[in-house]
Amino acid sequence: MEFRTFVFYFLSAILVIAGLRVITSRNPVHAALFLVLAFFSASGIWMLLQAEFLAIALVLIYVGAVMVLFLFVVMMLDINLDRLREGFWSYLPLGSIIALLMVAEMGLVLGGNYLGLFEAEVPQTSADHSNVQAVGRLLFTEYVYPFELASVILLVGIVAAVALTQRERRQSKAVSPSQQVFVKAWDRYRVLQMPAEKKD
Amino acid sequence: MVDALQGFLQGLFGSVFPLVWTLLKIVLIIAPLLLAVAYLTFWERKIIGWMQVRIGPNRVGPWGLIQPIADGLKLLLKEVVIPTGCDKSVFLLAPMFAFAPALAAWAVIPFNDTLVLANVNASLLYIMSITSIGVYGIILSGWASNSKYAFLGGMRSAAQMISYEVAMGLALVVVLMVSNSLNLGDIVRGQGQGYFADKGLSFLSWNWLPLLPMFVVYLVSIVAETNRAPFDLAEGESEIVGFHVEYSGMAFAVFFLAEYANMILVSTLTSILFLGGWLSPVGFLPDGILWLLLKISAVLFIFLWVRATFPRYRYDQVMRLGWKVFIPLCLIWLVVVGCWMMSPLNIWK
Repeated sequence: MEFRTFVFYFLSAILVIAGLRVITSRNPVHAALFLVLAFFSASGIWMLLQAEFLAIALVLIYVGAVMVLFLFVVMMLDINLDRLREGFWSYLPLGSIIALLMVAEMGLVLGGNYLGLFEAEVPQTSADHSNVQAVGRLLFTEYVYPFELASVILLVGIVAAVALTQRERRQSKAVSPSQQVFVKAWDRYRVLQMPAEKKD
Repeated sequence: MVDALQGFLQGLFGSVFPLVWTLLKIVLIIAPLLLAVAYLTFWERKIIGWMQVRIGPNRVGPWGLIQPIADGLKLLLKEVVIPTGCDKSVFLLAPMFAFAPALAAWAVIPFNDTLVLANVNASLLYIMSITSIGVYGIILSGWASNSKYAFLGGMRSAAQMISYEVAMGLALVVVLMVSNSLNLGDIVRGQGQGYFADKGLSFLSWNWLPLLPMFVVYLVSIVAETNRAPFDLAEGESEIVGFHVEYSGMAFAVFFLAEYANMILVSTLTSILFLGGWLSPVGFLPDGILWLLLKISAVLFIFLWVRATFPRYRYDQVMRLGWKVFIPLCLIWLVVVGCWMMSPLNIWK
């Protein structure tokens, strides 16, 4: 067996096991961590395909940013497993249809070589060829309009997220710390002068 | 001599020689790095001591030089307390998550024109993605400790690190725009050319001068990114509880090592990206690794100097500085540099 093949199977095995653990592990934080592992192994496989830009971008964006925010949310959740299991049977038909669809789609992609779906072979590049430069050149020439469109959609997403969090600003009782530090003792309490009572 | 050693090892190991040779190179990078980490803690205490008119550690060994070894031994011998109800595997994994990226990033750092472990084209991208993993150590340690205080501390530091990563990333985008490459070696070589470099004043051609706002943003961001004073909201020793309250012994020490290894790493990156890496500042002196080491030490000194000088920032001020000052500044300067490069005044041809 070639060393490359060994690396591929090694990474794939980790990827598959991590993927399985994402859906089987009880603890949501563990599931998220296994997802991180899955992303990492997937990036290793992309690296084997000499797609270094995609591989590094996967780690940078998904592992470094998306999953961190994901963990933030998951850690704050108070998950009751029994409540989650309640609707299992009622959701099963819909869930299995989606699962079948996904299996069919994956079959089409994986069997693509056999069915003759792909027009081009995966190009092999030389070692001094910069993947990042090639992707960048294509993005800013051939695919410039889709690229700009995607960035506009992302911008709309950002604006929407900010608008959603700002919506309920008025009800918030949060105090601005920069005003808070200017508080004086006399704003918070007052000393009452009481005349001494006479003893009868 | 290197060739002779290479030949000897090649005969000894045969087909696995490249693996052995790479491992040897990794050890040659990591071992001095760990030693530097140990002595950075010593110098920090000494320098802050001198700035505060104290002496600093001076009991263990001559001038206190054995102090970091003694500290390390003490921490090794202490018990690693594992809190009840904590997630044990994640609890022990978290320090490794913090420390490993700080070491892995060194794979692509060029020490001089030829001395680099892996000369990859996308090395800057690699560094950005590897260092972005470090935040997991903080989040996970906060969560796995099964303590409210550690959890809140972890959230606080993680939010801070993510915020400053954005500003750092944008500063790096400007650098890679002007050097037209993601390769750290090429970025350094690009700084050795220009009007002033031809006149023999190479240090005026380095990126820090034409990209001065970005240099300042980067310098402040790395302090925030490594959770150092005045942005040390992660652990403010005497006042705030941080993400590693529940850690003790060597598990705590690994967080400590990670912080200092990260400091050295970001100082090296600053030297490479803005201060010309291994290039000599003036034309009549030769280039070499000594210049790089000198620049790293200078940036590290700034870290310690800042810690001894400034009071701690309040948390909302830290976040405001990151999101409302640095990111807009970076975006504006990005456009300015873009226009500059397109204009006839372009100095980076």
